[in-house]
Amino acid sequence: MALLEVKDLSVSFPTEDGMVEAVRHVSFTVERGEVLGIVGESGSGKSVTSMAVMGLLPRSARISGSVLYDGVDLLRLEQKDRTEYRGNRMGMIFQDPMTSLNPVYNIGWQLAEAVRTHNNVSKKAARARAVELLALVGIPQAAKRVDAFPHEFSGGMRQRVMIAMAMANNPDLLIADEPTTALDVTVQAQILETLERIQAESGIGIILITHDLGVVAGMADRMLVMYAGSVVEDGTVDEIFYEPRMPYTAGLLGAIPRVGAVGERLNQIKGTTPSLINLKPGCKFSSRCPLIVDQCKLTEPDLLPTDQPAHLARCHRSNDLIGIDASALFLKETVG
Amino acid sequence: MTDIIPDKESLVDDREFAIAARAQWKTIVRRFLRHRLAIVSLTLLLLIMVWAFFAPLFWKFGFAQLNTAEKSLGPSWKHPFGTDDLGKDGFARIMRGTQRSLEIAIVVSIISTALGVTIGAFAGFYRGWVDAILMRFTDLVLVIPLLVLVATLSAGVPQAPWYTIPVLLGLFGWPLMARIARGEFLSLREKEFVEAARALGVGDRRIIFKHILPNLAGPIIVNATLTVSGAILIETALTFLGLGIREPEVSLGLLIQKGLPAYSTRPWLFWFPGLAIVLLSLCVNFIGDGLRDAFDPKQNRVRS
Repeated sequence: MALLEVKDLSVSFPTEDGMVEAVRHVSFTVERGEVLGIVGESGSGKSVTSMAVMGLLPRSARISGSVLYDGVDLLRLEQKDRTEYRGNRMGMIFQDPMTSLNPVYNIGWQLAEAVRTHNNVSKKAARARAVELLALVGIPQAAKRVDAFPHEFSGGMRQRVMIAMAMANNPDLLIADEPTTALDVTVQAQILETLERIQAESGIGIILITHDLGVVAGMADRMLVMYAGSVVEDGTVDEIFYEPRMPYTAGLLGAIPRVGAVGERLNQIKGTTPSLINLKPGCKFSSRCPLIVDQCKLTEPDLLPTDQPAHLARCHRSNDLIGIDASALFLKETVG
Repeated sequence: MTDIIPDKESLVDDREFAIAARAQWKTIVRRFLRHRLAIVSLTLLLLIMVWAFFAPLFWKFGFAQLNTAEKSLGPSWKHPFGTDDLGKDGFARIMRGTQRSLEIAIVVSIISTALGVTIGAFAGFYRGWVDAILMRFTDLVLVIPLLVLVATLSAGVPQAPWYTIPVLLGLFGWPLMARIARGEFLSLREKEFVEAARALGVGDRRIIFKHILPNLAGPIIVNATLTVSGAILIETALTFLGLGIREPEVSLGLLIQKGLPAYSTRPWLFWFPGLAIVLLSLCVNFIGDGLRDAFDPKQNRVRS
């Protein structure tokens, strides 16, 4: 049984202008020991998906589908039972480590809080565990640093503390929502290295949400590409990076700057993402797609297997992408 | 020849991490001690308190003791603050009045702060209908003139003990604190550390009181101290109007009320309690100022 199985998850928010369909029919699985990357631009539903899994969405959200954790549907649980999972069997790391720690408590208290929320242990034992956790995420002199306050830590160190907090109760699943976005590049590398090491040591499943394709390429085993609230491509990292079967993914890949490509213009996907209120029928990417045909405007394609069986894509023309240079797709607007 | 490769731990410069481990309260005390005006005020307030609470045990006159042989005397060594028209010793009465006024102020401050913070916290944290109901109620309490309400209610209690007034003042004096707490909660509940606490599985009550509330220490303490000085003043006003503390009980307000008619002939009966009120209010406000600075976790630089 998969550790986490999300089936047909949809999330919408009522607003004055109508229902915002933030996430539409998203399905994926995460196994123990696996890193699943979720990429997509801002507003594509990555974070809302992870919030739905954690149960952190505001009460106004309308959620349907199911989130099976070890076979238990979290969406059908009472709030009280839900907290047994949150922070205990799954942990979460947030984007901005500068604001994710409570400024009035020292690091040790906050780590101990994570332990004591789910375990009936003494303050002393919780503190000992806090020191152990700090050492686990590679903070030197953990026994001393445990009494420091968040403002005495740098951004990278705070993010390590966040990882330590998420790992406090040995969860099986870790959701990292853009864990490196707010950090500079060298610190990013250290944080990813820490995550990788912890994953290798504990064998947990990780959902890595990011808009940095480089991060996904470096860490993830499989990946989802999200666009306008739904999954448009699902496959292993290698399959998707080398042979994308959806023009949007191809456009993203073409937009990565490469060392040595002097003087070339980067690819650009023209236009913006559609509004998630009152979505039109048809493929949501069609207005920006260089491969558009009439059918794209009429029916939204399903997420179907491509020529590679484990590689799914949501595109009427996915077969037309076989064998062509994906990175050049958006340069020559005439293709297709 | 072999290279000596130091292990990763020892590569890290020790000095960089040599921030001494210290408990938070120590940091707060240290910062408070740097605030000179607050320290002077605290010392003065403590001296006044010791004087008001303990000196009566050794003073030769009682606060209600009549002495018809020594009526209406000016300040002298025997009666430092003079005597009134019944020969009661001013020094003893001001000690007693200060003691009562302080007690009243502290009771008001505790009750109104506790109520205000709790109401504001729930309103700001839960928002929606909880907020709507609690805040309309707050508005309601806020528009009732406190002085008139407390005067009316206390008049309805015959033989009211001294704590009737402060309890009533506390029960109706919380709206400002509630609004401050609500505002802070509305902003703090959106902070990522609150979301992080939720992601840890921490329950609502604990998030409110353990995770968010300590972030309000500054505003709460400043407001609570302002309430203390405010309560001293409002008690004075009530009693001055003849609606608060009644004889034979003594408060600073009562002494001013009694002293006013003799303002020009026996000014000591008016000025000494007035001075006591000003001193108390100022001390309390300066202490509040120092505490606010001390509780701000972001401020760790030496004051210039």
